[in-house]
Amino acid sequence: MSETLNLKLRIWRQPGPDAPGAFTEYDAPGIPTDASFLEMLDMVNERLIDKNEVPIEFPHDCREGICGTCGVMVNGQAHGHEKNTAVCQLHMRKFNDGDMIEIEPWRAAAFPVIRDLVVDRSALDRVIEAGGYIGVSTGNAPDANEILIPQEVAETSMDAAACIGCGACVAACPNSAGQLFTAAKLWHLNSLPQGQAERFRRTEAMVETMEEFFGSCTNHGECTEACPKGISQDFIAYMNRDYIKSKVYNRKLAGQKN
Amino acid sequence: MLPDSKVPEGPIEDRWDDHKFKMKLVNPANKRKFKVIVVGTGLAGASAAATMGELGYEVEAFTFHDTPRRAHSISAQGGINGAKNYQNDGDSIYRLFYDTVKGGDFRSREANVHRLAQVSVDIIDQCAAQGVPFAREYAGVLSNRSFGGAQVSRTFYARGQTGQQLLLGAYQAMMRQVKTGKVKLHTRMEMLDVVIKDGHAVGIVCRNLTTGEISSHSAHAVVLATGGYGNVFYLSTNAMSCNVTAAWRAHRRGAYFANPSFTQIHPTCIPASDEFQSKLTLMSESLRNDGRIWVPRNRDETRRAQDIPESDRNYFLEEKYPAFGNLVPRDVASRNAKTVVDAGFGVGPLKNGVYLDFADAIARSGRETIEAKYGNLFEMYERITGEDPYSVPMRIYPASHYTMGGLWVDYNLMTTIPGLYATGEANFSDHGANRLGASALMQGLADGYFVLPYTIGDYLADKLNTDPVDTGDDAFTQAEADVRDRIKAFLEIKGTKSPDYFHRELGKLVWDHIGMARNKNGLEKAIGEIRALREEFHNDVRVLGTAETLNQSLEKAGRIADFFELAELMAHDALDRQESCGAHFREEHVLDDGEAKRDDVNFQNVSAWEWHDHDTRQSKHVEQLEFEYVIPSTRSYK
Amino acid sequence: MATPTTSRPAGPQKIKTRGRELPFPLNLYQTAVGKKWVMAVTGIVLIGFVLGHMFGNLKLYIGPVQENGVWHYDLDVYAEFLRELLVPLFPRTWFLWLIRFGLIGAFVLHIHAGYSLTALNNKANRAYTSKRDWQAANFASRSTRYTGTIVLAYLIFHLADLTWGLLSSNWVRGEVQANVVDSLGRPIVAATYMIATIALSIHLFHGTRSLFQTLGLANPRFSKVPQTLAFGIAAIVLVGNLSFPLAVLTGVVDADDPRVVPVSENAAES
Repeated sequence: MSETLNLKLRIWRQPGPDAPGAFTEYDAPGIPTDASFLEMLDMVNERLIDKNEVPIEFPHDCREGICGTCGVMVNGQAHGHEKNTAVCQLHMRKFNDGDMIEIEPWRAAAFPVIRDLVVDRSALDRVIEAGGYIGVSTGNAPDANEILIPQEVAETSMDAAACIGCGACVAACPNSAGQLFTAAKLWHLNSLPQGQAERFRRTEAMVETMEEFFGSCTNHGECTEACPKGISQDFIAYMNRDYIKSKVYNRKLAGQKN
Repeated sequence: MLPDSKVPEGPIEDRWDDHKFKMKLVNPANKRKFKVIVVGTGLAGASAAATMGELGYEVEAFTFHDTPRRAHSISAQGGINGAKNYQNDGDSIYRLFYDTVKGGDFRSREANVHRLAQVSVDIIDQCAAQGVPFAREYAGVLSNRSFGGAQVSRTFYARGQTGQQLLLGAYQAMMRQVKTGKVKLHTRMEMLDVVIKDGHAVGIVCRNLTTGEISSHSAHAVVLATGGYGNVFYLSTNAMSCNVTAAWRAHRRGAYFANPSFTQIHPTCIPASDEFQSKLTLMSESLRNDGRIWVPRNRDETRRAQDIPESDRNYFLEEKYPAFGNLVPRDVASRNAKTVVDAGFGVGPLKNGVYLDFADAIARSGRETIEAKYGNLFEMYERITGEDPYSVPMRIYPASHYTMGGLWVDYNLMTTIPGLYATGEANFSDHGANRLGASALMQGLADGYFVLPYTIGDYLADKLNTDPVDTGDDAFTQAEADVRDRIKAFLEIKGTKSPDYFHRELGKLVWDHIGMARNKNGLEKAIGEIRALREEFHNDVRVLGTAETLNQSLEKAGRIADFFELAELMAHDALDRQESCGAHFREEHVLDDGEAKRDDVNFQNVSAWEWHDHDTRQSKHVEQLEFEYVIPSTRSYK
Repeated sequence: MATPTTSRPAGPQKIKTRGRELPFPLNLYQTAVGKKWVMAVTGIVLIGFVLGHMFGNLKLYIGPVQENGVWHYDLDVYAEFLRELLVPLFPRTWFLWLIRFGLIGAFVLHIHAGYSLTALNNKANRAYTSKRDWQAANFASRSTRYTGTIVLAYLIFHLADLTWGLLSSNWVRGEVQANVVDSLGRPIVAATYMIATIALSIHLFHGTRSLFQTLGLANPRFSKVPQTLAFGIAAIVLVGNLSFPLAVLTGVVDADDPRVVPVSENAAES
């Protein structure tokens, strides 16, 4: 049987998007160390329901660290203190008896709070919608092996594509910048041969849409530290490079009539 | 009466092409006159929405997630099959077809499976062109691996995140259509009813999960791509929000539900560690390539695993199946693990697992080799259990993973309600009684990219120049009223137990009696207990908060209510199917050596259930299956 | 009930609306990534200036030199050299003014870009109520806008003190060494100078590291270069610039050599 912890929690409660929120303190005694962080919240909620109190809404789904639904600020760190780990994969054995845990929703103008710990991350979809795809309609594809992709390229593309879209990079950034998210998608597609045709159009569209919602990068590096997939900041550099190039490329087209 | 399954005649290789030719077409200029609703934006839903958008249909896509990219397709690890024969090892469309029919234990339609194998090739092309970063060889060609005991290497993969990458491909393709306006995206909208008028599906009723608003949406056709119902077990590898509600609501409106008892249990999951456990985590089946499965010979073993001498270990799979050993198919491995655990040989603090031991593999090929192959899985295991699998054997136990059953569909993927389609895991069609590894992603994308976008035209062509039914129509207002009443009812019960309590209790019943091994007594007992628990649920569930805000308890309550009804049907189906086939194992129907005994004379069929009302048992319709190409034989792994 | 066309949440409010795109290269300055790029490029110019300025000032240590039998302070000679740059291609001081205009332009762009990006970031950001636990952000990165402000304030003081001679009655145009010794000889000025130097070094540390990222020069092949270079530049600027007030205060450098005559009796306008 696993050991148990007695914890104190300070959790952000907010009844709705426009209602004011505040921290509420809860005692959470007898939390098994084998529980995951979200299972700990499940237990707190079960106890709240027992006491006829409205349970805490928190974002969660697959609980395997891949869907990207979960994500809260735990003691001032996005997804908690465990590196390369989404909060659903953070386990209570990483905490100590008597700990006070502060849990707050992601904060950014782009991520308005819906209720309690749940925020609206639809701004990330807007960035993808702007150009985060390769425009090959179903049926257009050539044989898969006609596009040769050096293994190294497939690997670096995959490193970037591993993004789960949880928004931790934005939440951790002092400027609420969406750069790591956007850059990861850009590098996933821009590094592949299939992505070349739309490379600069894509970069321009995605960066400019991103800037409608998110802040700008001041190169702190908090995003990579918070990222449950450890996505590298180098991709932001590649995005910056491609963006400037895209502006230059478009000038070459300026002489043509639209 | 079960409608015609529309399976085409002729040589199996030509059936799909002939069928495509014979179907009615919608002229490209007319496609924009048709509106199609797609519910669910996982692999099957997003790919269908994207492709129909590309073709020119007006598509409305609905997901209850905050973004389409959260769908549970994203969790698939292993890979996707494609009969490309890139490895020159004798693979072919016919072989994939053959393997899938046989793997499904002869309970699927030959024509459907052949079509699936045929388009598997196009899926790989499409996904590669979309930028899915599949694993590559140094020369840049695609890499393959053999998966789930297949004798050829036909599985394409992107690290351990193939599902994620394929889903992102489909999601991105759909977002491209969202940008063009061909697909209208509705997020955080849960479908709570299908609207039927004059026997045809004409729209849906949804609840906006953030505001609680109930709204109606009409279209010429409705596609349900809403996934499987594995969460009926409470503990499963499914995501927390996976549910049967969309399919079940359709079932209650007249769509037949096929083979509900065919649920796949995956052998290599991390066992539950306590009551609080909310879900189980799957580890790739590939672990069985190098790990040896065993339990102690002594029930009261107290020594640490590594201190137990060889003579006191029972390598039960290797002993029982010398030829396949630890690589027997999923259902066989799962069942045997259950047998030893039930007999009291389980390991771990709760005695609910078996060892998966890498000590020999590490001694043979070195820690580095093992780390290169399974490093990320070992890391995940350690993160969850706090144990180091390099020095202590892993503990594994089977868990509910995938559901082969689902809404009955014809060859065109249309349910028994005209205009209502079901794709992906939500339908029953292609996997028979047991799904092979790396086939779920294939089927979801086959339906969405290459099958439904053609077959839906056959239905729509007749609807040219008709408008979708107005959402002010009685059919819609009635459905909306039903949905509101139902929500109100949950909030008014004001009972004493949380929705999760009931889900957990239901899960235990389903796991114990409708799980890996079933028998008459257990199933009959389960039916009674499920009914009693359901009764209690509707009288004693406590749903707090209101219907006008985000309220996850309320969402759960609605889903659990549907799981109760489904669970009962599963038990009836399992009781009725008096044979053992694939994932369905009836303890009364075994061969002399204890292996599954299939009954092709009486049960070479699909059972499709028709809903009546709560108190009347659903009536069963039977679709007889014909096997012209793959002749039924007994699976043997000894 | 009417069918809403889409029930996607309206999403968050935009913090920025896209105007009409200006012609290249002005359009670069319309976006944050472009502005960052401008900051990096002007930053390189300004780093060059800071380093050049410091190297020039090292002539303080050379003291008096003899030229055609006349003694001058080497620093004064160097200052005169700057005024005479590219003469006769340009009239005297013209090229110096060109450089100055370039620097002023770089300063203005650097500061404006920094200011407007900060304003944008403030709009994008929502503060946490609980305490943040920074993982990667360091003092330098988090204080850039403050160290920048200190440097700007000091720059104005520095110009008033040594270029325009507004703060001391002893100031004489062209007698650079004497002016410097006079100014830094006052402990309060020396202390201000030292504080500004520390702020500048911190600013340059983050700036240098950061500009690689902003210009897209990050590359795993030389992943350590930005950090090393940033440390090097910051250290050189810190050590070099801190040495001047210390040298003056301790008397290592002085301006009372009796042999020395000013470079130009009628000091031309600087």
